[in-house]
Amino acid sequence: MRITTLTSIAALLLLGATSALAAGEDDYKAAYAAAEAANKQAASLRNQWTTTASTLAVAKKFADGGDFDKATASAKEAEALAKASIFQATSEKERWRDLEIR
Amino acid sequence: MNLRARIQFAAAAFALALLAFAAPPAVSADKVDPVADEKAFKKFFYDKFPKLKPEDFVNGPYSMDADLYKQWQDKEQFPPYEFSLELGKEMFSKPFKNGKTYGDCFPNKGIGIRQDYPTFDEKEGKVITLELALNRCREANGEPAFSYVRDEMAALTAYMAFTSRGKPFNIKVPNDPRALAAYENGKEYFYTRRGQLNFSCATCHVQSPGERVRTEVLAPALGIVNAMPIYRSEWNGMGTTSRRFTTCNSQIRGVPLTPQDDEYRNVEYYLSYVSNGLPISGPGARP
Repeated sequence: MRITTLTSIAALLLLGATSALAAGEDDYKAAYAAAEAANKQAASLRNQWTTTASTLAVAKKFADGGDFDKATASAKEAEALAKASIFQATSEKERWRDLEIR
Repeated sequence: MNLRARIQFAAAAFALALLAFAAPPAVSADKVDPVADEKAFKKFFYDKFPKLKPEDFVNGPYSMDADLYKQWQDKEQFPPYEFSLELGKEMFSKPFKNGKTYGDCFPNKGIGIRQDYPTFDEKEGKVITLELALNRCREANGEPAFSYVRDEMAALTAYMAFTSRGKPFNIKVPNDPRALAAYENGKEYFYTRRGQLNFSCATCHVQSPGERVRTEVLAPALGIVNAMPIYRSEWNGMGTTSRRFTTCNSQIRGVPLTPQDDEYRNVEYYLSYVSNGLPISGPGARP
């Protein structure tokens, strides 16, 4: 009886934890919008990366197939890539001179 | 300090802050020194490759590798760009629908003038490349513009380069703040790292000429535009300067800009200027 109760509680906890971790459509949409916004900022700095666009396309493909876990993960990866391209463009505004032949 | 004094102090501080942070012009003209840049640029390459003569640099990777040089000499017996050259000559002399020709748009009827491009247009305040001038000529005569990365543009520029072969690059940067800014912006573009691979143009063509990237031997930046347009075995066809710039960007996982955007025009201006005095060798052939 005690074992059955514990197993049931564990199963319920696990179910709760899983549902807490699983991403839904809203999570995906938020992650995708954030990635798109960062990529738009990279465009304004004339420094988009091809990999940001391809990762966003992967995210959309997963979402179209209903896999919002993978779609959200890809969208977050795309946002990280876009943010890295923004950092690169910003830091290079000064750093390019390090390479200059003088 | 009473309230009035405080307000005045705050206003003065704000005004000072505005002055301090007011955006300066993108480029400070008094610090731009193309002549010194050209000298340093050439010295860097002459010191790095002491066995090469200055005019050898226009042969790109062929000047860096003895075996490749031999292959190139054989290739030049039946140059792969010949078909493009013939097409370009035919296109260049064929009148537009209005009876005018490309020659009517250029000094000296467009013959032997490649070495003067890019040029700085003082009216427009911008750099004008040969590719851009050709398309403007077409449009001024009622013809649609050609793609900057396709065969027609390559053929036209191949023919014009051929009529200038051996003539030294003669790029001028007038003492005009806009021209100096365009030149400096071109230099900045050349040295700026971009794309996911974090490469600048200089990463390959200043730091690594003569080295291999996969099977390719990298060309030195000095003289690199003198050979444009080029036939590339890798492309199995001709490539314009615009094609070279955009594919360089995508190879380092950067989204290319639109051909003939200001950045590309300016970097061509910079690269051409620092190669002043070296002969035009286009059209070229590359592995």
